[in-house]
Amino acid sequence: MIVDSGGANIASLRHALGRLGVEARLSAKAADLASAERVILPGVGAAGNAMRRLREAGLDAVIPTLRQPVLGICLGMQLLFERSEEGGVDCLGVLPGIARRILPDEGLAVPHMGWNQLQWPAPHPLLNEVAPGSYVYFVHSYAVPPGGCTLATCEYGSPLSAVVGQGNFFGMQFHPERSAEAGARLLRNFLDLEPCN
Amino acid sequence: MVKGVRFRDHEVVGGILDLARRYRDEGADELVFYDITASPEGRSVDRDWVARVAEVLDIPFCVAGGIRSVEDAEAVLAAGAEKVSVNTPALERPALIEELADRFGSQCVVVGIDSQATAEGWQVHRYTGDPQRSGPAARHTLDWLREAQQRGAGEIVLNCMNADGTRDGYDLEQLARAREQCKVPLIASGGAGSMDHFAEVFRKAAVNGALAASVFHRGNIAIPELKAFLRESGIEVRI
Repeated sequence: MIVDSGGANIASLRHALGRLGVEARLSAKAADLASAERVILPGVGAAGNAMRRLREAGLDAVIPTLRQPVLGICLGMQLLFERSEEGGVDCLGVLPGIARRILPDEGLAVPHMGWNQLQWPAPHPLLNEVAPGSYVYFVHSYAVPPGGCTLATCEYGSPLSAVVGQGNFFGMQFHPERSAEAGARLLRNFLDLEPCN
Repeated sequence: MVKGVRFRDHEVVGGILDLARRYRDEGADELVFYDITASPEGRSVDRDWVARVAEVLDIPFCVAGGIRSVEDAEAVLAAGAEKVSVNTPALERPALIEELADRFGSQCVVVGIDSQATAEGWQVHRYTGDPQRSGPAARHTLDWLREAQQRGAGEIVLNCMNADGTRDGYDLEQLARAREQCKVPLIASGGAGSMDHFAEVFRKAAVNGALAASVFHRGNIAIPELKAFLRESGIEVRI
C-alpha cells in the first residue's frame, strides 16, 4: 500500500514495485493503511505541506500506530522523524532526529541532486545483497544527520542519513525507484522484511 | 553522464522504449528525451510515451521540447519524468522558469541553452529544432545563463552549436566560462567524438555532466567502456 500523499514520484514508485511483481494499491484512508501488509510513504515537495495533507486525512495519528513494515522515501523518510527545519514543522516522531537544511559548502550545490554512494558500518536485512559503495539517486535540500537509527550514510560535504530504520519504521533519503539495480534490490529487501510485532 | 535521445514524431514509440532500455542497461545515469519538433510546431510533447518510458526506466529521465506552461510540466512529471527541460519557451517568456521552480522546485527545472559563437560573442539561439526558424534570440549566452539561474533553473544544459555534430570535442573555452557563472549543475552538450573528449570536459571545464547522443546512437562509444575509461582517468563515475 502506497500512501497517496500527492507526490510526483508515486507513478515511478508504482512502476518500480510493478517491475518487482508487486501491484501496490494507493490510498489516503486510515483504515486501508491499518490493514495493509506494508506501507510506503512517498513524498516530494515541502514538509509543511506534506504534514498538512497527512493531518487532513487523519494519517498523522494512524501512521505512528502501524505495526507492519513502513518505508518513508525522500521527504517521506524525513516525515518519520520528530521535526523538520523546513518550515519548522513537527513531523510524525516515530524516529529520533531532526531534518536539517543542507548547508552549501565549498562548491556543493543544494539541492543535493544526483547519484551518490552508500556506506554502512553493519549489515542489515534492508541492505542485503547491495554492495557497499553502490550508487543511488538523491534529490533533496534537507537531510537527517547520522544518529542512532541510521543504517547507511552518504557523504555530501558531511555524512547524512541515507537509510534509516528502527522497529518497523524504515526510510530511504534517496529515490530507490530511480536508482537502477541497487534501488530495485533495496525495495525488494523492504518487501522481504519480516512483519514485526 | 547524460544520454540524449532526440526523436521526431514519426519514430515509433517502440523504438524509443528499446533505446531507453538499452542505454539504461549499459549504465547511462540519466536520459534526456528531446521532442525536437515540439517547439517549432507550437505544440506540446505527446504524453503517452512519457508514461511508457517511466514504466521501463529505473533511472532519472528528463523531457525536453514544447513545455510551455506549469500544466505541460505537471503532466510530464506526473507521468514519471524526473525533470523537464525548457529552451525556446523560456526565451519567449522567461517567467516560465519561475513558475516551474515555484510549483515543482528548482531540482525539476532544467534550462537548455543553444549557444552559437558569433562575431559579437556567444549568442543564444532558439527554435533550433527547425532549420527554417532557427535563429538568434538576441541574448548573450552568459547573460541568459545568469538570468535563468536567478529565475530558478536547477540545472543548465549548454549546447555549444559550433561544436555540435562535429565530434571534435566539447567547446571547452565556452563551457569553462559558463562554469564560472554557473552555481547549479552544468551539463556539457555538443561535440563529443571520443572518450578523451569526455575526460577533458570534466577535467578542464569542471562540468557536472556530459551529454552526448550521436556517438552512442552510432555505437562509436559504448557506455561501459567510457565509464571504465573515465574512472581510470580519475573522474568519479557511477559503475
